[in-house]
Amino acid sequence: MAQLMGSMISLEAKDLGKRFGRRRVFEGIRFRLENKGSLVISGRNGSGKTTLLRVLCGLARPTEGRAIISHSGKELTPEQRRNLLGLVMPDLEFYGELTAMENLLFLSRVRGSNLTRETIRERIGWMGLKDRDDDLVFSFSSGMRQRLKYAFALLNDPRVLLLDEPAANLDQEGAALVHQVIDSQKAKGIVVIATNEQSDLRYADQNIHLGD
Amino acid sequence: MQTRTSTWATKSAWLLVKELKSEFRTRYALNAVLMFALTTLVVTSFSIGAFALTPRIASSLLWLVIFFSSMSGLAQVFIKEEEAGTANLLRLVAGPDTVFLGKLLFNLALLFMLELIVVPLFMVWMNVSVLDLWLFLSVLLLGSLGLVCATTIIAAIVSKARAKGSLFAVLSFPILLPLLIASIDGTRLSMEGEPLSAGWGDVRLLLSYLVVMFVASFLLFDSVWSE
Repeated sequence: MAQLMGSMISLEAKDLGKRFGRRRVFEGIRFRLENKGSLVISGRNGSGKTTLLRVLCGLARPTEGRAIISHSGKELTPEQRRNLLGLVMPDLEFYGELTAMENLLFLSRVRGSNLTRETIRERIGWMGLKDRDDDLVFSFSSGMRQRLKYAFALLNDPRVLLLDEPAANLDQEGAALVHQVIDSQKAKGIVVIATNEQSDLRYADQNIHLGD
Repeated sequence: MQTRTSTWATKSAWLLVKELKSEFRTRYALNAVLMFALTTLVVTSFSIGAFALTPRIASSLLWLVIFFSSMSGLAQVFIKEEEAGTANLLRLVAGPDTVFLGKLLFNLALLFMLELIVVPLFMVWMNVSVLDLWLFLSVLLLGSLGLVCATTIIAAIVSKARAKGSLFAVLSFPILLPLLIASIDGTRLSMEGEPLSAGWGDVRLLLSYLVVMFVASFLLFDSVWSE
């Protein structure tokens, strides 16, 4: 896996389409991002931005087309995908009965990584949750949970980072932190942002507007 | 840079540890299972009164208590993930094989905990004795393993439905019927003092059920778990 970290990575959508029953959410989505590309997906509520992100990260199956993450032209296995992806989205919830540290330690171990507690504590600290790593997630506010989602998404130094409403629930300081994360990710990998905020369009190398 | 050396079994063990930790903090399934089992035992004990149970009735009652108690708790393993919204988190980091094995091990631990309390209590309160311990333990072990394999995959299926609670028992009963019949019969033989060889037919049936159910559940799980 280590050799994948520094080499060419691409995210490609080939005529992606998704239906729920008879209702078509989107169709014919095509794009290709390589190494350091960014894509902003915009559109009104219910236009399918979150669904598209779910398809890209493998949480949902497309009804048409394919979403492919490749390394040097070779498609990655689901396990390799899991190790290279980071995702932040509103309907991602942590185990409330576990502490922030227990959550991230469990998630990293199940993913197959052996990050130390110190490293995880450091990552939690980066997201402004210093000294809260041993608190139960039940006691976290929505903003703190959003920060923890970033700590989780960045835990494995992802090559592909997918963000749905990146600054949701965050205060000004949190939003600034997110902008830093996006800038830093743009410099080293692929970032896909689903957003309603016009200001997020400044990150776009490519833009897809859904619901037209 | 971290290395990734964990095997499928190690990852499943981490999932089991997380499940146990969560369970002991929330008592989500444990309380339901134990309360149901104790209530059923007490009600059965009062209704039997001073009557001596025949092995046929005693073995049926024992497996009824185990079946209905497990119905009240084993489904929670997936339902709580879907209801709490943590299922997506798990899908992001773990493969379906890891999730299935981890959840299956947790359900097995839960059922063994239940049996550790219920079986001795049943024997004492109902004044039932087991004359062939090896046959009894073989049937109990294989019956429990088969029960857990079947209920784990059914729990994954019903976790996506609306009427989760009722659907679980309704779906489970026909699938578990062969297992229950063989378990009841094997337990009866052990209470009558028949040797292991007399119950060999039931043991073989339970073993076959376990293998078929494990393989089928394992193969089916990916399509049930993934959206």
